[in-house]
Amino acid sequence: MAGIISFGAYIPYYRLPLSVIGQMWGQPGGRGEKAVAGSDEDPVTMSVAAGLDCLKGIDPKTIEALFMATTCAPYRERQSANIVAGALDIPRAARNTDFNNCLRAGTSAMLSALDAVKAGSLNTVLVTAADMRLGGAAGGDEMNFGDGSAALLFGKDKVAVEIEDSYTLSDDLADYWRDSEDKFVRHWEDRFGREQGYLKIPKEAVDGLLKKAKVSKGDINKVCLYGPNARVQGTLAKQMGFKPELVQDPLLGAVGDAGTALPLMILVGALEEAKPGDRILLVSYGNGSCAMLLRVTEEIKNIQERRGIKKHLEIKKILNSYGRYLRWRGMVSLAPAARPPAGAASMSAQWREHETALPLYGVKCRKCGTPQLYLSQSSTRAHICLQCLSRDDFEPYRFADKQGTVRSFSHDFLAGGIDPPATAAVIDFDGGGRGQFLMVDREPDECKVGMRVEMTFRQLRYTLGAYTYFWKCKPVRD
Amino acid sequence: MPGSIRNRVAILGMGCTRFGERWDASASDLIVDAAYQAFNDAGIGPEEIQAAWVGTSTGSTGMTISEPLRLQYIPVTRVENACATASDAFRNACYAVAAGIYDIVLAIGVDKFKDSGISGLGDGGTPGPSHSMVAESTPPRSFAMLATTYFAKYGLTFEEGKHMIGRVSWKSHENGMRNKNAHFQGKVTMEQILNAPMVAWPLGLFDCCGVSDGCAAAIITTPEIAKARKKDPVFVKALQIAMAPRDGSYNQNFDFLHVEATVRAAEAAYKEAGITNPREQISMAEVHDCFSITEAVTMEDLRFSPRGKVRDDIESGFFDLDGKLPVQVDGGLKCFGHPIGASGLRMLYEMYLQLQGRADELLNPGFPSRQLKNPKLGLTHNLGGAPDGCAIFVGIVGLEGA
Repeated sequence: MAGIISFGAYIPYYRLPLSVIGQMWGQPGGRGEKAVAGSDEDPVTMSVAAGLDCLKGIDPKTIEALFMATTCAPYRERQSANIVAGALDIPRAARNTDFNNCLRAGTSAMLSALDAVKAGSLNTVLVTAADMRLGGAAGGDEMNFGDGSAALLFGKDKVAVEIEDSYTLSDDLADYWRDSEDKFVRHWEDRFGREQGYLKIPKEAVDGLLKKAKVSKGDINKVCLYGPNARVQGTLAKQMGFKPELVQDPLLGAVGDAGTALPLMILVGALEEAKPGDRILLVSYGNGSCAMLLRVTEEIKNIQERRGIKKHLEIKKILNSYGRYLRWRGMVSLAPAARPPAGAASMSAQWREHETALPLYGVKCRKCGTPQLYLSQSSTRAHICLQCLSRDDFEPYRFADKQGTVRSFSHDFLAGGIDPPATAAVIDFDGGGRGQFLMVDREPDECKVGMRVEMTFRQLRYTLGAYTYFWKCKPVRD
Repeated sequence: MPGSIRNRVAILGMGCTRFGERWDASASDLIVDAAYQAFNDAGIGPEEIQAAWVGTSTGSTGMTISEPLRLQYIPVTRVENACATASDAFRNACYAVAAGIYDIVLAIGVDKFKDSGISGLGDGGTPGPSHSMVAESTPPRSFAMLATTYFAKYGLTFEEGKHMIGRVSWKSHENGMRNKNAHFQGKVTMEQILNAPMVAWPLGLFDCCGVSDGCAAAIITTPEIAKARKKDPVFVKALQIAMAPRDGSYNQNFDFLHVEATVRAAEAAYKEAGITNPREQISMAEVHDCFSITEAVTMEDLRFSPRGKVRDDIESGFFDLDGKLPVQVDGGLKCFGHPIGASGLRMLYEMYLQLQGRADELLNPGFPSRQLKNPKLGLTHNLGGAPDGCAIFVGIVGLEGA
């Protein structure tokens, strides 16, 4: 049997109340809030975050492929999945693939993963989906779009969620689109999109699925239905004939339309409460629609506690500044920095050390047992043990999955950056080892010597059209 | 077994430009000014210089000085060791004389920063392509970590800690006011210091030195020549460099309460100079007060104050101009200024003037005397880098019998 063997999710820490947006533009903002990725987050980093959540207790070296879905890939040419896989410590001999350009990319990646496992060509495939579409200032999309990610691990042993059947309609219906240069989504007339698109096509996909699988609506315990906003999603659920209590929270009032990630995020939310035997209907929409029928098995009970959707919804900070949001998204022309520009990242140096730097490996000395990082401007490879001074007698030791305690810190107002002050912290890792990292998702006032932190993968800088990613730390909040 | 430099070389002459935002002067202008002050003070001409060492963090090669000074084909070595640059140029020059290779040499340090268009230094990262997976840091951020940890370890409230480090800067401003060549000569109040904007929490504006333009130079010679040509030459008693393995951010033994390299360099220097109780025996010091907390911690690392107790000495005025052990007599990096590659020789210049009773040559008109009473031994200290990894210099100079 092939299916989902683990799941996880990620919702950025910051939530922008719609009322804050409304206030800015002198419009009623409505209730609810949207999740907003930090200034150093993107679909790559959010995929890593969801992946870490999903792989809790699972050896990443057992993963044979990473399928990453997003419509907001940082590069047009450079595979995002490889960066995510590297950070997650998935082996190089993995069949990584990006799924892009369509809001159905997440469910497409799920089906491809399922097929690969079913066919026996891959044993384990991690699917991540992340999105952070940008709404133009003062437009409807600005209220609706939110940021987030989900991850699902497909395998054949201890399957917790079986995918019984699926039905996909592929339509070149352009109710919205972005060309390769567009920063914002373009729309055809709303009523066209609603009447000919969203309120029609998913229903056809679901009808097709149920007919194909010979299942009736009455057999469904939960419906995970993607929607671009709460109102129209509710309308579709009603028109499909599902009672409100069967419809899983589409997260549209707390996260917003997280694009290709949203169907998977809704599914993770449903799985957190699912019981063995439950049948779940998952429906995505975007240039067509994909409907999937899932069945929960006894194995669901053995899946470790994780943050998933429920806890990530609670771990939040209200962003009361619209200006700060604009600044993070590069939507406002800032005063030029009175600082010299950062040195350009070197592709050759980064490639030379990608095996240590990307998954945050240090070493453990075989002689004296000291775990240690080596992070200089020119190298991440240690040769001489900092404790016993023996040479090149190390075993690899990963720090990305360790929590730590803050030993010292400072809030740097001189460094500039998109979201000053830059907080830097020296942290002592549980089990030994120390490193100095930037700290994110923190309130300056809460920082103290002795506070607990965990590692998070983020953008570090952008030079020569390329992003450098590295690990930072953030407060542990559960 | 390492040898000792004690009394094996002497200073024949010194010079130092006014430090500050020298919009009027290029690096070459500053070099010629300081070098010729030193030549005149030594009573020699440039043709008597047999070799030279130039410290600079921004220039390149020995031509940094051979070009403006038109030195004629003598050996010149360019030295770079961050904020310990000038002191290391001096140290190498001293060794060449002690080795008997040369009689009269020049050590000179210079930097010209104020044409860069920014306040302070850059991000501290390697310019140009690098691995660049490590976030660039800024100097205030790196040193602020000492304050964060010091306050936490010794149970100081934010206000108590801020007052302690603020008092360090207040004292330097009091000294800098009297010095006509200092970068910052204005009076500041504790209130101003404590209420200044944050630069890197908990360090505010007055906890940070600026960067300056400036140049300082020394002529070094043998004890025989010095005694023949000068009444009371200043002798070198100790020259020590300690280079940290730069592991403070990776090694859990590093406590962010002290700078081990300073302790190592200081103990070696005390041994070299025959000093057992520096708090009693050292008459005065110029230390690396790039940030107020750096000076505070350095007082403990040099054994001027007992570990964890520097606050008592700072608040009681022990390091003030009229205190038992005056520190930053000329205003320090904080007020005299900090052109990285010149600072070590600037510190030495103040020790040199004080030991010869000439401190009031730099007195700002209308201020009380800067001259200390009968100083015997002066200590200089530089910290190049950051607390978690640095090049430390500790040097001691004094009168012949000291």
